[in-house]
Amino acid sequence: MDIKVNVRESEGDAYVVDLAGEIDVYTSPKVKDAITELIDREHYNLVINLEKVRYIDSTGLGVLIGGLKRVREHGGSVNLVCTNPQIKKIFDITGLVKIFGIFDDEQSAMKALA
Amino acid sequence: MNPAPAASRSNGVVRLEIPAVAEWVAVARLAVAAVASRRPFSVDDLEDIKLAAAEACTNAIQHGPPNGTIAITCEVSAEGITISVSDRGHGAPLGTVAQERIGDAGRTEELGVFLIRALMDTVEYTSDVRNGTQLVMTKRISR
Repeated sequence: MDIKVNVRESEGDAYVVDLAGEIDVYTSPKVKDAITELIDREHYNLVINLEKVRYIDSTGLGVLIGGLKRVREHGGSVNLVCTNPQIKKIFDITGLVKIFGIFDDEQSAMKALA
Repeated sequence: MNPAPAASRSNGVVRLEIPAVAEWVAVARLAVAAVASRRPFSVDDLEDIKLAAAEACTNAIQHGPPNGTIAITCEVSAEGITISVSDRGHGAPLGTVAQERIGDAGRTEELGVFLIRALMDTVEYTSDVRNGTQLVMTKRISR
């Protein structure tokens, strides 16, 4: 089990973090490192693409929440791209749909950052 | 001719012990899901069971002793599956977790426990300093 993390610059000051695989207690530190590094470099508008994520647990959700809290301190935002019904369900039952912008495609997520 | 043995309908108990470290949680959740798949759970229910088992193991890692182990027992029956996750830790505050939505409350530390309660049909928890913690949860097959 592993997670692949790819960070790329997008329009304006925004960055996209592409994730592929499974985010759990073992792999979430790798995701956290990528997000933390972006924020430390003062990039506060992020799109995290979960389209290729097959599984996420509470530690993965915690990493996303932690990133969101940090960017909001600087007026930034984190939008998610998520189409997997099971993962959407997790965001729904935890109430996290209310604090993240969750979109079906990257273009919409990016547009909503502006 | 006698009917074929209904192996997939028989009751059974599967026991697994993993090191209480993060890299083994994936093994536990996949094993639990494989056991559950011997019963006619929906795909959604199997995903719920897998996540709940992983969250229980993660909880055990976070509150258990260093270099410990986690014992997982799965018992399948005609009604569904019962999963027990035990460690030898010092106890975790599972019983005090409220039922509110995490996003509403802005809390993250109890997210795993919240998910277990939301995804499974019953969750029972015992914890003490001497014997550690045991979490027993069930999922019924939807008819």
